[in-house]
Amino acid sequence: MKIKRHGALISLMAAGALALTACGSDQNTPQSGGNAGAPAPTNTAPVDCGGKKSLVAEGSSAQKGAMEVFTQAYGAKCAGQQLAYTSSGSGNGIKQFNGGIADIGGSDSPLKEGDETTKAQERCKGNPAWNLPLVFGPVAVAYKLEGATDVTLTPDVLAKIFSGAIKTWDDAAITAANGGKALPAKPIVVIYRGDESGTTDNFQQYLGAAAASSWTKGAGKKFNGGVGQGAQGSPGVADAIAAADGTIGYVEWSFAQDKKLSMAKLDSGSGGVALTGETAANAIKEAKVKGSGNDLQLDLKALYASKTANSYPLVLATYEIVCSKGYDADTAKAVKAFLTVAATDAQAGLADAGYSPLPQEFQDKLLTAIKAIA
Amino acid sequence: MESRPHDPRPPSADQPAKVIVRPGDRIFSGLAKSAGILIVVMIAAIGVFLLAQAVPSLIANKANFLFSREWVAGDPTNLSFGVLDLLLVTVFSSIFALIIAMPISLGIALFLTQYAPRRLARPFAYVIDLLAAVPSIIYGLWGAVVLAPTLEPVTGWLNSVFGWLFLFETGNVDRSIGQTIFTAGIVLAVMLLPIITAISREVFERTPTMQIEGALALGATRWEVVRTTVLPFGKAGYISASMLGLGRALGETIAVMIILATTSRTFGWSLFDGGDTIASKIARAAAEFNDPRSAGAYIAAGLVLFLLTFVVNAIARSFIVGKKEYE
Amino acid sequence: MTTTDLQRPATAPAFQHISSGRRAKNMTATVLVSAAFVIAVAPLVWLLWTVLEKGFTHVLTADWWQKSLAGLTGRQEGGGAYHAIYGTLVQGLICAVIAVPIAIMVAIYLVEYGRDSKLAKWITFTVDILSGVPSIVAALFIYALWVTTLGLPRSAFAVSLSLVLLMIPVVVRTTEELLKIVPDELREASYALGIPKWKTIVKIVVPTALSGIITGIMLAVARVMGETAPVLILVGYTQFINYDPFGGNMASLPLFMNSERLTTNEIGEARVWGAAVTLILIITVINLLATVISRLTAVKTK
Repeated sequence: MKIKRHGALISLMAAGALALTACGSDQNTPQSGGNAGAPAPTNTAPVDCGGKKSLVAEGSSAQKGAMEVFTQAYGAKCAGQQLAYTSSGSGNGIKQFNGGIADIGGSDSPLKEGDETTKAQERCKGNPAWNLPLVFGPVAVAYKLEGATDVTLTPDVLAKIFSGAIKTWDDAAITAANGGKALPAKPIVVIYRGDESGTTDNFQQYLGAAAASSWTKGAGKKFNGGVGQGAQGSPGVADAIAAADGTIGYVEWSFAQDKKLSMAKLDSGSGGVALTGETAANAIKEAKVKGSGNDLQLDLKALYASKTANSYPLVLATYEIVCSKGYDADTAKAVKAFLTVAATDAQAGLADAGYSPLPQEFQDKLLTAIKAIA
Repeated sequence: MESRPHDPRPPSADQPAKVIVRPGDRIFSGLAKSAGILIVVMIAAIGVFLLAQAVPSLIANKANFLFSREWVAGDPTNLSFGVLDLLLVTVFSSIFALIIAMPISLGIALFLTQYAPRRLARPFAYVIDLLAAVPSIIYGLWGAVVLAPTLEPVTGWLNSVFGWLFLFETGNVDRSIGQTIFTAGIVLAVMLLPIITAISREVFERTPTMQIEGALALGATRWEVVRTTVLPFGKAGYISASMLGLGRALGETIAVMIILATTSRTFGWSLFDGGDTIASKIARAAAEFNDPRSAGAYIAAGLVLFLLTFVVNAIARSFIVGKKEYE
Repeated sequence: MTTTDLQRPATAPAFQHISSGRRAKNMTATVLVSAAFVIAVAPLVWLLWTVLEKGFTHVLTADWWQKSLAGLTGRQEGGGAYHAIYGTLVQGLICAVIAVPIAIMVAIYLVEYGRDSKLAKWITFTVDILSGVPSIVAALFIYALWVTTLGLPRSAFAVSLSLVLLMIPVVVRTTEELLKIVPDELREASYALGIPKWKTIVKIVVPTALSGIITGIMLAVARVMGETAPVLILVGYTQFINYDPFGGNMASLPLFMNSERLTTNEIGEARVWGAAVTLILIITVINLLATVISRLTAVKTK
């Protein structure tokens, strides 16, 4: 009996040990996608690989896909180097960065003046933290409406839908926006982000800028429209839109693409513009840098209110928050290498993942800033 | 406890004068005792820590925590959160699940103990236990992806025929997507089945054979045997099992989180409402615990959940204790 | 009627007739009770079928068990779940290493030492409470202790700690029940040979109950491995393999599912269901192992 018992225990332990020590591998060879999207910036920069092996970044879920692209390119350029990105929301990204847990914070809005900035400065040992916009994410107005595949909406109509003033798809305002063509008489089901999100913030800012008279509910990470039903995260929104008829919601382009949702054209005053890599890139050209020096905060107000033809203005910029100085040498080297790869080689892959690459002039500014990190 | 027949104390206990406490004994019993004390301290620590983290947020809270129905906890300088809506959804969905699960579990427990052929009873019981082995995240995915669309015609029918009753009136989320309390409750009910069944089964099995044989001797049919002996004997155990199941449903997190749609509108007592239970609200916000104050608001909600499950479990246990007396 | 069957009455019962009303009731009850069983089995079969149908192809590839998702975006096929499988196993193991000794000592105290003392009653009471604590509350507690109060980063170890809270009551209960049914004759025989009490417990009482205890532990481990709420709150996800439970993000199967759920395309969906199959497989294997071990280690009573 005794021998038997030990035998069983040993075999159990052996099985467990095998599973725990049998070495897994991080080596994967991705198949490359073939879809060429918006023009990527062309600058290259020498990458000085090395430093801390595994960087930690955390924050916005809007840039999850972009971070995957960056990480992939980083690993390809600098063999063995890793970055783990947790998409847990912009607020959390800033907190984890300020707490010194994350090396890079990912956020859809730059550090707020005051507490956030002071804490970031503390974390960087007295040096300012920089907001570096590395990627633009177009936000799609996705819908599902049987019998209608080509819907055009104006910012004004959008604001009224998302605040509950327009309740059916055959509303006169929607018909007018579609050149007199009436849509099916179905109730509109608004789907919004139930969790606090940078996407909601940017969407509401856009409505406030582009349709100031119809959207009076302000901005913020919580949806203020007061209609519809919330869904968890961008995937939840995409799922909910796909699940029923008559739905409409705002969601990052990549999620709308993955779920194969119909996306509305936006008519800011010079005709309906569909969301493509090119139209988003046209809009991004109007983004202005607000911060001084190497802190590249963007001012999107002008972009959101723009009426330029063939430009899709509903885009959000998402930032990497990094220390200008104050990392230890090892981390600084890795952060610089990562950001350099992200700003150059990786940009070409962004369109494939549902994002917009940086405009050329931005890339120059970014590379200058990255070089200045010490 | 009192009725335990054996006494494992060494005989030396009868002659206290000759007791020699060996160092090994002292160390070992000390270890055992401190492990026990650790448990007690741990549960006290849970209460104290949760309270300590919750109090600053509760003080900063601008709304009435118990009676407000809004939940704004994202901005630590402007906290305004109340647990009422969460609490109502939690209790409502759990009770709905319990109402479905209770008769079915009773049926299964009777089937396994009284009806199933002896040889098959064990494998059948094992199958039911398998339900408990499935992780709740898989229940959640199944509920949201597979079950919800399947239920659409059923909910549509209920809504059109019984829409006059508050339970089936059009809720605060879109019914056709299926992310409602109705779907969540059914999934919860499936998760409760093995729990309630397992305990009820044990109690039913202990029905004194004398009683059963007595009933049979009087010419009772099988159902009459069950009604007159098994059910009266096992009633307390069954209710207690159901209460334990309720405790489980109240705290279920991930399955509910995956299924339920959130909404800005308040809960209106319809099965076709969405919303959040306390647990799912905490889990949803987990990634955005930016600030101790914000986290404190959720911890306060967690404390309410803790107390709620505590009370429910205590009631369940009081039934078991009552049961033991006439065993 | 010449065969004698002692189990049956010699003459036919006098009141054989059962009124049709009673018979109908009996019939209805039988049908309802059997239907209840079928109703419970239906979702189980349906669920398992869904999971297998949607996720089985992934599990069949060798890469799934050997590779992580490193360097792949949500739109690229390939990769595996090794990083998550490792995390699930290691978190469960750490949890067991901490929880099992404590739980067994508590059970020993309750059965062998405490008996009806006040402390024992308190302990029984708290174990009862602990067994009712929802996993999200256990996770919040560790968050309040580990992250907010001690200022330590989230880690796989913190997850294990919260799983400990969920595991202890299960193991205490099982062990307690099993120790209680160890016959007193064994203890008394041991005492009669002059063996100290602690040695009696370690060498006689616990080994006698060991097979059941191991089964209980294995089942508890399988149980906590499927817990999602703690990993959601206490550790971050990573696509890479992380062997260090004390630092950095670590994937686990529930976290992997919850994270890949965020990839809304077919590739992400296949990964989610693949992880579901894997999790169910692991839990099944552990359950089977538990049965085998309990068979092998069972003390022959005859």
